[in-house]
Amino acid sequence: MTEKISRVRHEYLRHDKKFPHVWCPGCGNGIVLGSLIRAIDKLSLEKDELVLASGIGCAGRMPAYVDFNTLHTTHGRALTFATGIKLAKPELTVLCVMGDGDATAIGGNHFIHAARRNLNLTAIIINNQIYGMTGGQYSPTTPYGANASTAVYGHIEHAFSIAELAITAGAAFVARGTVYHVRMLDTLLAKGIAKRGFSVIEIMSNCHTQYGRRNNMGDPVTMMQWFKDHGVSEQKAKKMSDEEMGEKFTIGVLADKDMPNYMEEYRRIQEQAQLK
Amino acid sequence: MRQLLTGNGAAAWGMRLAGAEYVPAFPITPQTEIIETISGWISSGELDARMVTMDSEHSMLTAAGTAAATGVRVFTATSSQGLLYAMEMLYTVAGWRAPFVLVNVSRALSSPITLEPDHNDVLAARDSGFLQIHCSTCQEVVDSLLLAYRLGEDERVRLPVIVNLDGYYLSFTREPVILPGEDVVSRFLPPYDPEETQFRAKDPLSQGVAVLGGSHYSYFRYETHYASQNGLSVFAEIGREFGDLTGRFYSLLEEYRTDDAEIVFFMIGSFATKAKEAVNRLRDAGQKVGLLRPRLLRPFPEHAIAAALRGVKGVAVVDQNISFGKGGILFAELASALYHIKERPLALVSFIGGLGGRDISNAEFYEMARVTAEAAQSGKIPPPRLLYTKEELARIQGLKAIASAGLHKEQ
Ligand SMILES: Cc1ncc(C[n+]2csc(CCOP(=O)(O)OP(=O)(O)O)c2C)c(N)n1
Ligand code: SF4
Repeated sequence: MTEKISRVRHEYLRHDKKFPHVWCPGCGNGIVLGSLIRAIDKLSLEKDELVLASGIGCAGRMPAYVDFNTLHTTHGRALTFATGIKLAKPELTVLCVMGDGDATAIGGNHFIHAARRNLNLTAIIINNQIYGMTGGQYSPTTPYGANASTAVYGHIEHAFSIAELAITAGAAFVARGTVYHVRMLDTLLAKGIAKRGFSVIEIMSNCHTQYGRRNNMGDPVTMMQWFKDHGVSEQKAKKMSDEEMGEKFTIGVLADKDMPNYMEEYRRIQEQAQLK
Repeated sequence: MRQLLTGNGAAAWGMRLAGAEYVPAFPITPQTEIIETISGWISSGELDARMVTMDSEHSMLTAAGTAAATGVRVFTATSSQGLLYAMEMLYTVAGWRAPFVLVNVSRALSSPITLEPDHNDVLAARDSGFLQIHCSTCQEVVDSLLLAYRLGEDERVRLPVIVNLDGYYLSFTREPVILPGEDVVSRFLPPYDPEETQFRAKDPLSQGVAVLGGSHYSYFRYETHYASQNGLSVFAEIGREFGDLTGRFYSLLEEYRTDDAEIVFFMIGSFATKAKEAVNRLRDAGQKVGLLRPRLLRPFPEHAIAAALRGVKGVAVVDQNISFGKGGILFAELASALYHIKERPLALVSFIGGLGGRDISNAEFYEMARVTAEAAQSGKIPPPRLLYTKEELARIQGLKAIASAGLHKEQ
């Protein structure tokens, strides 16, 4: 077991160059990184055929640590960089890792359009419900009433659900996991990466430093407990009333549609045009 | 009142003293401390203003412009990528002729990615219509904010103003700052009178209308140009008035030991304080060296500069920016300002340094002075110099060797 872990670590991480990482001790980003490389290992993907693009933020630091083709871009634009790569070299497996701010505030427009376009990309969104890197300002997923450095008396805007937004925008595959439910997360990431279409994996993750401390969950363990208590499977959620659901959220695969992706449609239209 | 303030703290105080009523915001390093300080005051009830954190700088600047167009006093701040992301709106709102103040905390642009300063960010906004005031000390930051509101709101100008300070070097450096008292501020900066620039249903106003054909368009662009140029005399006027009230006089240029100078460093921003140090040492060594630092970059005080450089033999232009394929931006601006002046300096020598927060050492300033003096004497102007030491080059070559060894191993 430990042997396998160390093999995976040596295979996929820039372990001798880039560590220690910059994340706070106990940050959920590390758990996501672990899960991601296990998913990639499970799918037996070649490093050379993988691209990990990110925007800016704590989540956005992830490409620095992996030994794939990587691209650390500008805040909010990861998906547009990924789009360029994918259209030029469709044979590459292109993954994007973004924070909730990155993906749904400054980059929100790209997110819905990438989903609608159904490019064969994987969007991994680490939702820690806050801007971690810049000091705990509220993001589009900060819950109503929660505290942030820019909402010291409680947030007066309402959050939206990233997964539901992705479903409505037309993503082919949408899943939500947490950094507590790690085994499930490994599977969700593997499924999302394997999907031939736009897939979104929203990962509820702890930023105890910026979010937790302001909201009575100042350490990673308390936040883990919160994820454990609040993530419920869809089957279970179906049987629960709105009241019972309260702040709880569904985890697992939330949408999985079979439809031709953008490149397939593109090729079809090209062939059609050439026939005429 | 004297306080120990960072450049960011000074910017926040400038906003507070100016009584800005609305602050659209978005976090970005190294600017975030400004909006955090302001939001702290609003939360504690010390400051009566409204603040909204938007979803990006693009929306932030839009909100700033529209709020200004309704006739209120507006403040906002950003840095680097944020300024670039807002660029579309910079041009747009400047065309509305609704004044407000935008603080830019300079940080070098992507890519590669850094957090440390140079001036390519703010110089990208050079032609937007925003006026630009460049600061070199924390005191100047507070004072420049008050000057900026007064300048932009002046009926001869009516344009938004960028106040620029260098990230890290100024944003996070604490200096003693004298905060102007309320009596001074109320005399210097009366409440904003937007006159016709406001929203009134009974007296409707349309902003940003379409004007095809070029003629109307040209008219409005020329008007903006003249308004910007009016900023020169307005700044000179209010800089004196500010001095009468506070004892701190602000002119278009800072001239440091230039009186009998033969060689002059020409640069903007906080690195000019390093140049001053070098000037002092060179003076101690008997060399006639000085420093000329424009405070205003837009409008460009070219006549004042030409006058200040009369009798100077050589100018070392230190650009903390790089226009790829051309060189230093200040250098080009200065050269064009001096071309028609008969008694212009014999040598203008271009140096590019301090990119991405790289230091400019005393030794480099001495070298720049030496090269410039030599050029003035021989009449042979050396090509632009990109400051980089032998040690730096050796280090980067070492890194390149490691990287290419890695590549070959893979193959
Ligand atoms: C155009 C631009 N605006 C602002 C920033 C500053 N900035 C860096 S990270 C960040 C937000 C980080 O929050 P999120 O995307 O949720 O990621 P996290 O740090 O929480 O992982 C911001 C606003 C930037 N880099 N570029
Ligand atoms: S600030 Fe938050 S998101 Fe960033 S590394 Fe620390 S815990 Fe993680």
